[in-house]
Parts: sequence; C-alpha cells; structure tokens
Amino acid sequence: MYLKSLSLYNFKNFEEANIALAPGIVCFTGLNGEGKTNLLDAIHYLSFCKSFLVSSDVLNIRFNESYFAVQGTFIAHDKEDVIYCAVKYGERKVFKKNQKEYSKLADHIGNYPLVIISPLDSNLITDGSDERRRFLDSIISQYNREYLEKLIQYNKVLAQRNALLKQFAENGNFNYSVLEIWDVQLGPLGDYIFNERKDFLEKFIPVFYRYFDIISNKKEEVKIHYISQLNQELKMEDLLSSAINKDRSAQYTSVGIHKDDLDFLIKNFALKKHASQGQQKSFLIALKLAQFEFLKQKKGEAPLLLLDDIFDKLDDTRIARLIDLVSKENFGQVFITDTQKERIEHILHTAHSEALIYSISGGKILKE
Amino acid sequence: MNLPSKLVEAAVEQFASLPGIGKRTALRLVLHLLKQSKENVNAFSTTFIEMRNNIKYCKSCYNISDNDICEICSDHKRDHSIICVVEDVRDVMAIENTMQYRGVYHVLGGIISPMNGIGPNELNIESLITKAASGKVNEMIFALSATMEGDTTNFYIFKRIKDYNIKTSVIARGVAVGDDLEYTDEITLGRSILNRVPYENSFVR
Ligand SMILES: [Zn+2]
Repeated sequence: MYLKSLSLYNFKNFEEANIALAPGIVCFTGLNGEGKTNLLDAIHYLSFCKSFLVSSDVLNIRFNESYFAVQGTFIAHDKEDVIYCAVKYGERKVFKKNQKEYSKLADHIGNYPLVIISPLDSNLITDGSDERRRFLDSIISQYNREYLEKLIQYNKVLAQRNALLKQFAENGNFNYSVLEIWDVQLGPLGDYIFNERKDFLEKFIPVFYRYFDIISNKKEEVKIHYISQLNQELKMEDLLSSAINKDRSAQYTSVGIHKDDLDFLIKNFALKKHASQGQQKSFLIALKLAQFEFLKQKKGEAPLLLLDDIFDKLDDTRIARLIDLVSKENFGQVFITDTQKERIEHILHTAHSEALIYSISGGKILKE
Repeated sequence: MNLPSKLVEAAVEQFASLPGIGKRTALRLVLHLLKQSKENVNAFSTTFIEMRNNIKYCKSCYNISDNDICEICSDHKRDHSIICVVEDVRDVMAIENTMQYRGVYHVLGGIISPMNGIGPNELNIESLITKAASGKVNEMIFALSATMEGDTTNFYIFKRIKDYNIKTSVIARGVAVGDDLEYTDEITLGRSILNRVPYENSFVR
C-alpha cells in the first residue's frame, strides 16, 4: 500500500497544492514553520480522519478561508482508492472513499494504517501512566475489536463505581451489596484486559529490543516492564475486595487495570531521569518501529511510516542506521521531514537510498 | 428575543422549557394561542392542571393511572403471577401495543446509575422484592434497556430474589440491541416477549 498523490486546498498554510508521490522514501525539507509537518498532518487525516497536532478540525482551515479539503489516492491491493476529507465551519466533517461518503468514520480508520514518529512522542516518557496505557490500548484495539469494547465497558463501570463511592462518602453510609453489583462486572473485564495486555507485551517487547539494538548498535541496555496490580494469582475481584477500605476513604477505585503502567529502564534506572536526550529519542523510535512491525504482521501489509523531525537530538551514526533500516524494502512508504536538505541528501546517498525530495517554502512545494 | 409584552414573554419561556421546543417555536405556539378564544385557552390550560393534580401512580405497579390501582392490575383476566419489570411507563405502553403479553407490570422508575444519582433506593425495587417474597409470583421478565446500567439493575434484582424460586427471563435482545424498548417496533417486541430467554444465560456470569 502506498499514497500515489496528495492534494490540499486551504489546509493550514497551503492555499492549493498537488504533489505526486511514489513508493519508498519521500522527503519534505524546509525551515521550521514553512509547513512540512502540515503535509504529514494531511496524510494523517487520510488515515485517521483527524489531525495529530490539533484537536479541533476547523483549526486546520487556512486563515480567512471557510473550508479545507485534503484528497489522496492510495494504491492498495492493485486498486486505486481516492480518499477525500473536507471540513467547513459550522458543518459536519465530510469523509469519502471513491466519492462515497462513510456513514461512520470508524469504518475507515484502520483500512490505511499509519504510524507516525514525532517530537510529541516524548509524552510517553515524560507524562503520566495514562499516556503509556493509551499507547498500549491503541495498538491492541487496532487488531482486537473485543478488547476495545471491553475497555470501553470497563471504563463505564469504573465511572459508575467511583460515583457510588463518592455518594457513600457524601451520605456517610455504605452498602456492600450495592457496590458488589459493579465489582462482579469489573472483575472479568479487568482480568480479560490484563491478560490481553500481557500477551501483547510478551510479543511486542522483544520486537522493541531488536529495533533498539539496531539503532543504538547494541551499546545500551534498556528494558520495558509491564507493571500491574493484577497477576496470574491475583484476580481483579480479589483486588477490589482487598482494597475496599482504601477505596471508601479515597472515594475512588484505587486498584485495577486503570493503574497499569510500563516501566522504561536504561541500565536498570528510570529512563526519564538517567537517559540522554539521544537515548530517549532512540527508545521512542524503537517503540514506534515495534508498533509498525506489529501492525504490519496483523494487517498483512506495511503501514505508512511518517518520521517528523526525528533527526534533531540524534547523532549521525544513529540517523544513518535508522535510514538504512527504513529504506529496506519491508518498510513500504516512508515520509521524512528535515530542516536540512543537505543532511538528508547526504544520509540517503550514504545509505544508497533513492528518494523523492520536495522542498517546502512559503506554502509552496517544489520538487528537487 | 425582544418581545413587546412581559405576559407573552413569560408564556414563551414556559413553552421553551419543554423538551425539544426552542424559543422560536415557543413564540409561534404562544401567538397561536392568542388567536384562540379565551374559552379554548382556558380549557387548554385547565387540562394540564387537572392532569397534574389528579394523576395517580398505581399502588401496585407504579404505572400512571386514574385510580389507586391501574386498569392492568385490576384486570382479573390477566395473569398476576407473571411480572414484567420495566424502566418507565412508556415501556408499558410499548409492550401493551404488541398485544402479546397477558401478565402484569412493575415500573421501576429508572435504572441504577450512581453517576445520575440513582441507586436502588431511588427506584421501586423494595416493593418488587416484597411481591417476590409473597409467594404469588411465578415468573419475572426483565425488559430494561440493553445497556450496562440496565444489565446492572437486572443483576441487582436477580440477586435479591434468587432465593424465592421464581423463574426469571430477559426479553431476547438479539433484534433490538442498543435500542430502547420505546423505539423497538411492535412486531419485534412482541416476538421477543414470546422468545424470552432464561436470565442466567443472558448475563455475563
Ligand atoms: Zn398497576
């Protein structure tokens, strides 16, 4: 699968742009603020129906215009599919495949898989555990619908249970038989989610190690541990009943898979505090490449890979190893942005990689 | 909206407080009433006052009723050993319209949802348990909405009545998942009452 062409109308700083693309590596070079990341965001729209940078669609409409449209032609299974997305002020987002509008966006998401590596990934290291759980959940949900449904269910039951604990505290009463009706539902849901996460990570973590070794040339020892209050012996329902007094005074559910986390370690110390920026960046790239590899296996084809500004803070040998890796055949179509045209040209030359290079300046796209 | 009369404005406010009615529609309704004769408008408003002041809730099943005991509960031809448990009176009407059900009802007045401040004590559950304990009930059919909160309410009641040796079932949801009873068409609903499944098979545990 690859994107054959991309057209933009009033999208962010682009008034109108049409570019031809090709399988393999595609580079967008240009200074910061010229719009190269916006091109990646347009591609992100075609895959996920939304931006990876801003939460509101209308913020992507060019200044003083009333709408934007993004259109891309994918080649998938020897067939051409035209995907069109338009956003207009005060109107519903329009999303079409081959002129036909989708009734649910969920029917589109996942059909043209995409993995993006961007500076925003550092949230996975610096932010709270919910970022890391979201990372886990988003990968598992992409190939396991049942997981997604049970996760949604779990969160609904959890919200009700928390509301009930709050009411008990406010009214100064407690009734176990009323609490129990939520616990018996959380139990099997929590156990299922724990087991799926555990199974997934058992397969995922070795793939991550392999990629980290390639990028860092096996110079550093990193680890990922799955942290959960649950384990093979300790089931969700047992946890809930053992924490009942704590939950009553805390007025929320203090135990369960909503407390799960991933421990990121370098030489057995916390990555967040003990790794250099380059090491952290290598770690994040390896995580995302492992996600890519995993989705590729599950979907049977390579997702699009978007590398946004990843060369910053990464030394030249790591960059070279990364480009060497992604220019190999099994990575499919790879989009790369960089501020320095000479640097990317040199790296590609050294890796003997052919690439399509566009330079972006003032909302215009020029082919090199 | 700038209105020339405080009286009209107050009337518009009242209509606009109804669900699904905006200011513009409210004004249209008020202007319509202004064109009617005083007698007509008096009759119109008295109807609501009468309705609100004199309506009763059946002492047995909590359905709306003109008497202490509703028409369904006082009908001796109906099977009083079968109780269909529903969320509100609209569900009673929907099931009655199918003409497939000959038992009686019990209106809970909602479903358990702590987030909306509704626990078992806010619902007509205790009186249902009392009926179950009386030994006069052979079967209970749960016809609550197919949501997590509906399932939870089913489960809570089931747990409370499980020692009374009552046959329990839920309305088959295969055809109407996610729809409230109110929106399910009559044929579908009638069929699901005939094809109700034993409760134990329908719950996750
Ligand atoms: Zn009655």
